[in-house]
Amino acid sequence: MEKQLKILKYSDLSKLIEKFRSQGFPVLAPVRKGKVVEIEQVQSLDEIALDVLLSTQSAKKAAFPKVEKVLEYTLEKSGTKQFPVDPADYKETILFGVRPCDASGFKSLDAIFGEEPKDQFYLEKKGKSTIISFSCPVADEYCFCTSVGGGPGNTAGSDLQFTGISKDEILVEILTEKGEKLAATFSDLLTDAGKDIDKSKFLADVKVVFDVDGVVEKTTASFNNTALWLEQSLRCIGCGACAFVCPTCACFDFQDEQNTKKGVRLRLWDSCGFSLFTLHTSGHNPREVQSQRWRQRIMHKFAYMPEQLHVVGCEGCGRCSRACPVDMNIKEHLTAIAQI
Amino acid sequence: MSDLIKKVTALLNDKTINAFIGYEKGSADRIRAIFARTEDQAQKLVLNAFCTQNLAGYLMKHEVKKLGKLGILANVAALRSIMQLASEFQIKDGEVYVLFANADGSLTEFTDFKSIETFLQTTDTGIKSEEQEMIAKLESMTVNERWLFWNKEFEKCIKCYACRAACPMCYCHRCTTDVNQPQWIPVASHELGNLDYHLMRAMHLAGRCVNCGECATACPMDIPLNLLTYQLINPIKATFGATAGMKADAMYALSTYKPDDKENFII
Repeated sequence: MEKQLKILKYSDLSKLIEKFRSQGFPVLAPVRKGKVVEIEQVQSLDEIALDVLLSTQSAKKAAFPKVEKVLEYTLEKSGTKQFPVDPADYKETILFGVRPCDASGFKSLDAIFGEEPKDQFYLEKKGKSTIISFSCPVADEYCFCTSVGGGPGNTAGSDLQFTGISKDEILVEILTEKGEKLAATFSDLLTDAGKDIDKSKFLADVKVVFDVDGVVEKTTASFNNTALWLEQSLRCIGCGACAFVCPTCACFDFQDEQNTKKGVRLRLWDSCGFSLFTLHTSGHNPREVQSQRWRQRIMHKFAYMPEQLHVVGCEGCGRCSRACPVDMNIKEHLTAIAQI
Repeated sequence: MSDLIKKVTALLNDKTINAFIGYEKGSADRIRAIFARTEDQAQKLVLNAFCTQNLAGYLMKHEVKKLGKLGILANVAALRSIMQLASEFQIKDGEVYVLFANADGSLTEFTDFKSIETFLQTTDTGIKSEEQEMIAKLESMTVNERWLFWNKEFEKCIKCYACRAACPMCYCHRCTTDVNQPQWIPVASHELGNLDYHLMRAMHLAGRCVNCGECATACPMDIPLNLLTYQLINPIKATFGATAGMKADAMYALSTYKPDDKENFII
């Protein structure tokens, strides 16, 4: 659909949240919790931290939570009875105040979970989420969205995008039919915007640091470059912080928790950085050392995903680098790969 | 050229060591670990007030061990980690070349465990005053308040295991959390899974924690995990007279029986 431009007053934001709430939509937004910023369900505007650069974790948990029940079952003499979770029961949700890299991160997740067999748990949740992103007025040294095809005002994946254009006014871009449907519920707060607003003036300046096609090409060719992966990952301690804050990492594990009478099947986040991730029952581990796991992380995002799903599995949000306890900086490592 | 760079370059050149674990400038204002194997890499070594990471954990990393004979720039916590690892038979005397940076920037070299032990006896190895305050606050809480405090903190946990990965004492190849037959700890990062994991980890570090605080520093969700293990330091000392990481041949308090051990905690 053709993009529509509207103006919303900052002073009406709180009314906007009230409207969403009164229609029964859960609103998920960034909330400050000490030093971390979580994406959580909120009741009113004052809870929302709109001034933060980025939430600590990405918005993916709205459609792909860290723990997700997919099945309940009972163990009876006559056999096992299953009570699957019905994705149709998920509620329409609004993701509010996330960043463009969060919204575009869902494109990668859509590609991964949309492959056959389709993942109904994710797709239903995602399908029922309306994403209102806020473009970025500031960036930091970990941001590199423009190097992976995104940008501080990238609208990919967003249904609506808000950009602050003065201290009183927000430019509202209505980008999808879902966005249009939601905007119709608060049309009384919107006025028409002139066509000549130059949004780029209000966006952070994020320099392009590498050519993504070059990185894809060189990553693909570097599988056997063991020295490269070892050198980059010597300080990696093999935790899952990078994967768990990442907007596009989608690996998961299933675990059953049961007693003698009943149980639940849970889907949980997992990470290729863990040694256990590839450990075989025999004791053999095809990714025996951390450098092989680091290679997997980079190759998955910059070689396998472009090849198989036609998307680069990185949004350049830099969350992994900020969260890394030992300063594995992905922007720096990708820049080094680009220079091979 | 700094004394550190000169020293490390000399150690690498005369083959005393093959790799030196130190600090280099990292992203933004961060400092990170470097594994210097060449003169050029040694040039990147820095030493300043931000060099606080306990690097001793790297001594247990397979690919770091493979670099050959290791040297390390150890702070007090790292020295204690080395002592504790030695007492757990993970490092042999003389296996690692240890440099310590004194407050005035001068370097002290330790080539054997005995000299580290002697040094630690006259060094402040206690926990920081702000951490002591937090512990005092926790201890002044009722059991219920403390339960609520930790449950609220654990709610944030995403089970990325950064605390475990950053801990110099969490070197088990197969952690209890990774055992699934039987499954001791629920894998899920839900209320019970988070609680079980952190309590299990604290118990496994009782009498072994060298109060470096790496677990809390590593946590991306800002959970003060160090307080959990720090709280066990005093009870272990009061009950068994033992402090972790002070001697290379210490017997682990919780797996050693002495006829005169107090038994008043046994109901």
